[in-house]
Amino acid sequence: MRKQRFLITVTAVASLVSLASCASEEKKPQGGAITEGDVFVFGSVGAPKVFDPFYSSDGESQRISSQIFESLLRLKPGTSELEPSLATEWKEEDGGKKWTFELRQGVKFTDGTAFDAKAACFNLDRWYNQKGVAQSPGVTQGWSNDFGGFAGQDKPSLFKSCEVNNDFNISVSLTRYANFPLMMSYVGYAMGSPTAMEKYNADEVVAQGTGFKFPDYALKYPTGTGPFKFVSYDDAAGTVTLERNEDYWGDKAKVQKVIFRIIPDETTRRQELEAGTIHAYDVPNPVDWTSLRDAGMQVLSRDGYNILYIGFNASTAPELKDFRVRQALMYATNRDQLVQTRMPEGTVAATQFIPPLAPGFNPDLKAYPYDPEKAKELLAEAGHPNLEIELWYPTEVSRPYMPNPQAVFEAVRDDWEKVGIKVNPVAKPWNGGYLDGRDQGKAPAYLLGSIWHYGDSTVGTFFGVTDNAFATKLYPFGKELAAEVIATDSESDPEKSKEKNHQLQANIMNKYLPSLPIAHVPSAMAAAGNVKGLVPSPFGNEIYSSVFFE
Amino acid sequence: MLGYLIRRILQMLLALGVLSILLFAWLRLLPGGPVSALLGDRGTDEDRANLEAALGLDQPIYVQYLKFMGRIFHGEFGPSTGVRPGYDAMEIFLDRLPATIELSFLAMLIAVSLAIPLGYLAASKRGRLLDNGLIAVSLVGVAIPVFFLAFVLKYYFAVKLGVLPPSGRNSIGIEGTRVTGMFLLDGVLTGEWDVAWDAARHLILPALALATIPFAVIFRITRASVLEVLDEDYVRTARAKGLTSRVLRGRHVLRNALIPVVTTIGLQIGALLSGAVLTERVFNVRGLGQALALGFETRDYTVLQVLVMMAALIYIVVNLIVDLTYAFIDPRVRLG
Repeated sequence: MRKQRFLITVTAVASLVSLASCASEEKKPQGGAITEGDVFVFGSVGAPKVFDPFYSSDGESQRISSQIFESLLRLKPGTSELEPSLATEWKEEDGGKKWTFELRQGVKFTDGTAFDAKAACFNLDRWYNQKGVAQSPGVTQGWSNDFGGFAGQDKPSLFKSCEVNNDFNISVSLTRYANFPLMMSYVGYAMGSPTAMEKYNADEVVAQGTGFKFPDYALKYPTGTGPFKFVSYDDAAGTVTLERNEDYWGDKAKVQKVIFRIIPDETTRRQELEAGTIHAYDVPNPVDWTSLRDAGMQVLSRDGYNILYIGFNASTAPELKDFRVRQALMYATNRDQLVQTRMPEGTVAATQFIPPLAPGFNPDLKAYPYDPEKAKELLAEAGHPNLEIELWYPTEVSRPYMPNPQAVFEAVRDDWEKVGIKVNPVAKPWNGGYLDGRDQGKAPAYLLGSIWHYGDSTVGTFFGVTDNAFATKLYPFGKELAAEVIATDSESDPEKSKEKNHQLQANIMNKYLPSLPIAHVPSAMAAAGNVKGLVPSPFGNEIYSSVFFE
Repeated sequence: MLGYLIRRILQMLLALGVLSILLFAWLRLLPGGPVSALLGDRGTDEDRANLEAALGLDQPIYVQYLKFMGRIFHGEFGPSTGVRPGYDAMEIFLDRLPATIELSFLAMLIAVSLAIPLGYLAASKRGRLLDNGLIAVSLVGVAIPVFFLAFVLKYYFAVKLGVLPPSGRNSIGIEGTRVTGMFLLDGVLTGEWDVAWDAARHLILPALALATIPFAVIFRITRASVLEVLDEDYVRTARAKGLTSRVLRGRHVLRNALIPVVTTIGLQIGALLSGAVLTERVFNVRGLGQALALGFETRDYTVLQVLVMMAALIYIVVNLIVDLTYAFIDPRVRLG
C-alpha cells in the first residue's frame, strides 16, 4: 500500500508543479515585461530576409529597412505625395532625362560617415554596377522592374550616370524619360553608408547550392540615416531590435527602441496583443476587426495601393481571343457582391487597373455593371454559349490583395456558372505550381494581383511588353497596347501624362480588356488603444519614429 | 557489444544514404520550386531560366545530387532560400535545434512522469472507477487537436488570467547569455535566474500541449504491459514464494513491464518532432518544426533536405540508445 501512496504523491506533485508556477505569480505586468514609452513592440507576420533594401522585395524586410534607411525623397505619411527627405529640392532638365537634386546638409549615417553628393552617387553607381548573380531579378527585383539592365549587360538600362555637381548637389542622367523622383522615394533605393558597405562587402552576393549567400552588410550591418539604427536580429527568439538614432537630423523618434517580434500565426498575434505583450501587429484577420474594436483596440486600415484581377491567357483557351468572350466574363462577374461579402471592409471594386490613389487614375471611368443577361448574349454572339473554362486559384497563401483566395474563387465560379459557363477549378499551392503554371501560360483564367511599391501609375509590368503572363502577343492589339503603355510612361509633362494615363486606362477597359480588374483591397494593423502616432501607409511602410503611448 | 554497435552504425549510415537520395528526388518532384518563390508575382520565362542556370537547377538531377553531396563533405550545406535566406542550412538547423530539444524534453518529462505512475496505478486498479477515469482522460488527450488545446490554454492562462505569456521563448527585455541555446538551461548554467524563470514560464503551455499525445500513448502501453506481466507465471510463482509486495512490484513487475514502455518512448520521440511542427507554430517557438513548415511553404530545398536528414539521424540515434538501454533494464537481453 505504501508504494501506491508514493506513486499517487509523485503524480500529484508532478501535475501540481506546472500549475503552481502559474499561480504563484499574481498580476505582475502581464506575461512579459515591457515598459511603455521606451519600447514599441510590433508583431510581424514573417521573418525579414535581408536588411539591405536594395536586395529585398518583401514587405517584412522593407518595413524594417524603412526605419533604418532613408531615400532622397519620401511620400507624405499616409499618401502617395512626394516630399523632401535626404534631398531638399529636385528639378527636371532635358525633358525628364536628367534630374538634379539638392541634398540635405548636416546629415550623418549612423556609423558617423557624412551624407553628401559623393555618398549619394556612390549608392546610385553601386546599384547600376551590380555583378554576377546580383544581376538576377531573384536578388534585385526592384531594379530589374524599374531600371532594366545593369552596367555591361545587353539589356538596356534606364540609368545612365550620376554626377557630383558640388558637395551637396547631384545630377542623374537617364536614357529616357521616367518619373525618377517618384522612384527615389522607394525604400529599395535608400541611401546606405559607403564606409559600411565597403567594410562589410555589401556587393558580394554569391550563388551557392540552390540559394544565394548574402554579405554581412545585408545581414548584420545595414547602415543608413534613418530615425532608428539596427541592433540585432535574434533568430532563436524571433526578434529584430532597433534603437533610436540619437543623432537623427529630423524629429527624433519618441520611443527608444523598436522590437519586431515575428509571429506567423494570426490567432497568436491577436492573443499577444490582448495579453499586452506586443503593442501592435500586422494584418489582423478581417473577421476579427469588429471584435478587436469592441475590445478597445484600434484597427488602422491602409488604403489598398494594389489590385486583384482575373488574368487571362489565351494560350490554352483560344475562345478568350474573342473580345466579346472577355467582355461577357466581365459582365458576368458580380464585383460589388464579391467586394461586400468576401473581402475585407473598405475594399473598393475596381474600375480600372490602377488604384484610386494613383496619380493617373481616371475618375470618369465607369465600371462594367453586373449584367448576366448581357453576358449570355455576348457569349451566344461569339458562338460560345456553353463556354468551358479552367479557373485557377492559389492555395497555401494569403496575399494583401486576396486574403482568402478560395472565397474569391467560389464567388467568381458561382457568378460565371449562372450565365451557363462551365468552370473547371484548378487549385495549386502558391509556390507549388501556381505561379509556375501561370508564368508558363497554362492557366487560361487565374486569380492574381499586384502591389505597387511606390505611388506610380504604371501598368508597364503588366502590358508594357507583349511576351508576358497575359500573352498579349496572341491578341491583335498586343503591340499597340505595349506601345501605348510605353508612350504613357515616357510622357514628361504632368498634364499630358495625366491625360494619356486616363486615355490608356479607358482603352484597356473598353478597347482591349486583356484581363479583368476586380478590386483594390485595404490591409490593416491592429494596435492597442493607447498607441498613438502610427500612421498607416498605403505601401505598408509605416515609420515608427512618430509612435508614442498615451 | 562492439560488433553490435558497429553493425548498427553501418545500418544507420545506409539508411541515411538511401533517405538522402529519396528526399533529394522527392523534393524536386514537387511542383514549383525555389525559383518561383524567389521571383514572386512578377517573373518572366527569361528571368526564370537565368536564375535556374545560376543556381544549377537546370542540370540533371544526379549531377545536382552529386554536387550537393560533394559540398556536404566540404562542410557546406548551401544557403537557405526561404527560411532564413543567405544563412547556411546547417547553421539554421543548429540555431533551431535547442528550442526543439528543450521543448520536446520537457514535454516528454511531463508525459513520462505522469504516464508511468498513472499507468501502473490504473493497471493495479483494473476495471475500477479510477482505471476507467484515467483511460477516458488519456483518450481526450489524444483526441483534442493540439492547436485547439493550445488556443484554449493560451486564452485561459495568457489572455484571461494573464499569468503566463501567450507565445514565444522569452520576454522582451529579458535576454540572457546564450550558452546552449536552450534558454531555460542557459539561465540555470549562468545563474541568471530571472532568465531561467522567464524561459520556464514560456515553456509551460507548449510543453503541456505537446505532452498530451505521448502521455496518452505511454499511459496506455504502461497499463497494458503491467497487466500482462501481472498475469505471468513467474509473478504468480514469486508471489507464492512469499516475496514482499515491494520487491515483487519493483523487481519483477515494473522492470519487466517497462521494456515495451521504453520502446514506446523511443518511438514517441519521433512523434514529438512531428507534433512540434504544430505546437511550435501556435506557440511561436522558433524551433525545427517551425523552420520545417516555413521551408515547405517557401520550397527551400536545401533547408528541408538538411532538416529532414538531421531529424532522421536524431531519430535513429535515439532508437539505438533505446535499444542499448534494454541491456540495463532487462537482464535477459544481451547485446552482441
